[in-house]
Amino acid sequence: MRQEISFVEIAVIGGGPAGLCAALEAANAGARVTLLDRQDRLGGQLIKQTHRFFGSQSHRASERGINIAAELTGQVMSHPHIEALTGATVFGFYEDGVLGVEREGKIFFIKPARVIVATGAAEKTLAFPNNDLPGIYGAGAVQTLVNVYGVLPGKRVLMVGAGNIGVIVTYQLLQAGMEVAAIVEAAPKIGAYWVHAAKVRRAGVPIYTSHTIGRACGTRQVEGAVIWQIDEQGQPVPGTEKDLVVDTICLSVGLSPLVELLAQAGCRLVYVPQLGGHVPLRDASLQTTVPGVYVAGDAAGVEEASAAMMEGALAGLHAAYSLGYNQTGYEARRAELQQQLDSLRSGPVGEKIRSGLSRAMIG
Amino acid sequence: MEDKTIICRCEDVTLEEIRKAIAEGARTLDEIKRLKRCGMGPCQGRTCRPLIAGEIARMTGQNPAELALPTFRPPVVPLKLGTLARGGVPDEQA
Repeated sequence: MRQEISFVEIAVIGGGPAGLCAALEAANAGARVTLLDRQDRLGGQLIKQTHRFFGSQSHRASERGINIAAELTGQVMSHPHIEALTGATVFGFYEDGVLGVEREGKIFFIKPARVIVATGAAEKTLAFPNNDLPGIYGAGAVQTLVNVYGVLPGKRVLMVGAGNIGVIVTYQLLQAGMEVAAIVEAAPKIGAYWVHAAKVRRAGVPIYTSHTIGRACGTRQVEGAVIWQIDEQGQPVPGTEKDLVVDTICLSVGLSPLVELLAQAGCRLVYVPQLGGHVPLRDASLQTTVPGVYVAGDAAGVEEASAAMMEGALAGLHAAYSLGYNQTGYEARRAELQQQLDSLRSGPVGEKIRSGLSRAMIG
Repeated sequence: MEDKTIICRCEDVTLEEIRKAIAEGARTLDEIKRLKRCGMGPCQGRTCRPLIAGEIARMTGQNPAELALPTFRPPVVPLKLGTLARGGVPDEQA
């Protein structure tokens, strides 16, 4: 046996919004790109986002994620400079810059001149008694079940977390015909955009702030949940317990960036709670502390898909530029993308991201 | 009611076991991983790691920012042994 290593110009790991835009931007600049995604279908989380996006036109506002995924995937698949490999899992980033890939039960190795890591994020969970009962899901999993496969997880749900994902998934579950007993949010304020929260309130769903799930009830599956109010230290307030009859509990309590490959590459990571956990230090072109290794999207810090697309494009643009492509058009395009990204993060909504980024940016 | 709060779903490790390990002196994610196996299952710690880090921080008064991440070795996802054993290209085809 011998191991064959193929050399490629730019490898993009992850075919979600960040990875798709990174691949397209780099390929449009003239570089050869290999895009690797472990799913059978490109698009990442976009393929289950049936709601319309916010923001300005250049941020694809009022488009639905699922349509953005289809459009970007179409462009990627037909681009002569992009080799898109689905069902391809990158399982290791070795010290000599070689990536190990598994596809269809076989492994192979590639050595890219530049790597863009767009691996996304994983759902966080909560510790509470009986949290392993069947019927307890992450909000992302529920969105996949309902919006991709058309399967309802149950009849009546408690949603834990009133951030954008929790509230949007709640609305989608209502649309799909589920009852929603309540949304609980540990913070004293609703995190979601007001327009989403107002929609579920109008539909009669109570949102309890400063509340959390105390425990799940049931023997073989979820039969109910106990919620209670919490004080500023997160301790339950006596006498505030409520019993809810539900068969499904949906956890939407944040995401943590998937940085394992970046850690293996030797990128310096820093813990930034505003960005979801450990994220790599990076400069404005999304290059990490390891030259030639870039990060984009939720792996760089949990943010919205529109920001992930901009970051992906910036990383792809710089990776191609650093290989000698698009030397004349680079600066104008970079400034345009950076300006779009900055406007997306402006105002009070972007406050948390901006404060997080101030700790993750270098150079 | 029995408090069976699961922290690591892959290896079925409870909150009580994690707290006991910390009370007995474990201070890092890697130590708890070696003692309890959490982080060694199919999800490779993606689910339990933030919860365990929070528990260490709470019980020891450490800043979560200063807790070292565990070492992430390849493969970062489960691979079948057959896939690994098959390796690269058989010599006769190469």
